Amino acid sequence: MTPESECLLELASVGKHFGGVTALADVSLHIRRGEIYGLIGPNGAGKTTLFNVVTGLYQLDSGSFDFAGQRYTRCKPHLLAQAGIARTFQHIRLLANMSALENIMVGRHLRTRTGIWGALTRHAAARAEERDTVRRARELLEYVGIECAHQTLAKHLSYGEQRRLEIARALATEPKLLALDEPAAGMNATETVALKALLQKIRAGGITVLLIEHDVKLIMGLCDRVAVLDYGKKIAEGVPEEVRRDPAVIAAYLGGSGGGEA
Amino acid sequence: MRLHRSSSGRFAFAAVLLVLPFVIDALLGHGWVRIADFALLYIMLALGLNIVVGYAGLLDLGYIAFFAVGAYTYALLGSPQFGLHWPMWVVLPLGALIACGFGVLLGAPTLKLRGDYLAIVTLGFGEIIRIFLNNLNTPVNITNGPQGISAIDPLQIGSFSFGSSYEWLGFRVDDVHLHYYLFLAFTLLVIFVSRRLEDSRIGRAWVAIREDEVAASAMGINTRNIKLLAFAMGATFGGISGGLFAGFQGFVSPESFSLMESVMVLCMVVLGGMGNVGGVVLGGILLVVLPELFRNAAGPVQQALIGRVVLDPESLRMLMFGMALILVMLWRPAGLWPSTQRRREFAAEDSVLQQEQETVYDARK
Repeated sequence: MTPESECLLELASVGKHFGGVTALADVSLHIRRGEIYGLIGPNGAGKTTLFNVVTGLYQLDSGSFDFAGQRYTRCKPHLLAQAGIARTFQHIRLLANMSALENIMVGRHLRTRTGIWGALTRHAAARAEERDTVRRARELLEYVGIECAHQTLAKHLSYGEQRRLEIARALATEPKLLALDEPAAGMNATETVALKALLQKIRAGGITVLLIEHDVKLIMGLCDRVAVLDYGKKIAEGVPEEVRRDPAVIAAYLGGSGGGEA
Repeated sequence: MRLHRSSSGRFAFAAVLLVLPFVIDALLGHGWVRIADFALLYIMLALGLNIVVGYAGLLDLGYIAFFAVGAYTYALLGSPQFGLHWPMWVVLPLGALIACGFGVLLGAPTLKLRGDYLAIVTLGFGEIIRIFLNNLNTPVNITNGPQGISAIDPLQIGSFSFGSSYEWLGFRVDDVHLHYYLFLAFTLLVIFVSRRLEDSRIGRAWVAIREDEVAASAMGINTRNIKLLAFAMGATFGGISGGLFAGFQGFVSPESFSLMESVMVLCMVVLGGMGNVGGVVLGGILLVVLPELFRNAAGPVQQALIGRVVLDPESLRMLMFGMALILVMLWRPAGLWPSTQRRREFAAEDSVLQQEQETVYDARK
């Protein structure tokens, strides 16, 4: 097992069910600092449920998870964001009628302080913070490569740009772990290549990335380690090459009893 | 309000506001200055509700309850009811504070509710407050029940009473004029606060919650606190306005705080333009002034056209009001003067990209 300091997120026997449906059963995995960790599996395998559990949108039914040395069983989304988990959504959830810049400025909410009094009086500190918020938001737009779109409404951006904006907004919360739910979904080949480069840049900047993806090529080319979920259970974990050859994984994707050939 | 940017424009606007009551008095008579006073009270109310509905997107149908709390606080602490005659500068802030507390009280249990459900609960809250006020005369008489509280102290600072007439340099200034200036000052303050909040970290968080609460919480916005803040701010404005109302009228009774009043204030916000301070002010003015116009004009017009009064002006007023609402909702669904943001939300055309994106989702389902 990895030493404590190296491990950023560790799930211990996490379970989650909806009524009679078991979405996650006894899932344990750990994500090391600075790696890109892939989470794959057929539709309905529980990937997004797992995401929602670690970002606080769902409360887990059993088990717990440790993030940055802190144990969580029940937690609110905003507290996990505070602790350093930022996410994007499978179905993009930008603030559609706000500009790209405003979207990122909202992402800065967590790391800024101005309250009612500051808003009303606009004292020096509040003004400085507001300036800093705008500056950081512009930097992030540039970082993800859509600086030209800062005044555009989020809903008028192209699909690829919306994905990037969502990543920028997540980065604005200064996360330790960036959790991306199918960032390449609906992207064309060029956009996917650009996304890959962006994720590598983010990792190089010291942020750990957790990635759900269907695009196997992207996963294989990008991730340091991969876990495979099927029917809420983890059926494999390891470096992409190994996982790809794992009979259980092949069976899960192609059906049958494990004897199938890819 | 982006009408008066330049300093000369600002000066002209201020001048107009200052002489307005005298112009109204000269042209239309005393009664209309009183109507202007009421318009200002309603604008304050509408601006308070605008924070809850317009910014944070929380539909509140019981907003008038906070107005009632402010009004009754003033009435109880400044009338012969308990023999208390506390000064205005104590009672007004106290009323605002108590209303703010009630805002939190309403907000806390309704945090998880949205849309229709929230509307129903807030509607119930508004009625509860009114019914309480109506029945709190037994076993201990607190509110005087349906008779209401009368002989409330006028708004007064030191020995200067807004309820009296003064003569300065041979110039007569009546109580309605004085109240106009007092209410104008408070309205400008409320406008200032609204504008500052709108364009701040807090205002952005409110809009984020309105746009997508899940995304907002995932970004680290404490949706509970930010929503409570919206309820509290809105209620505070309602409380101030209520206190001023009590002092102005000299009389309060539960009748003044019916559901219809909540609906009226909501209409000001919706008609004028949710989320836009200028639009809400416009909505407030129109919904106070237009019904009065109808009330005064309906009788004579019928008399002139068909020789007798067929329809009671009062019922005609509601008819006109309903029709105006329908027309505005048909032609300008985002309100007469919407915020740019809200206009976007109501814009029918979605971008081509959005549509493409939706097809992607559909295909994936």
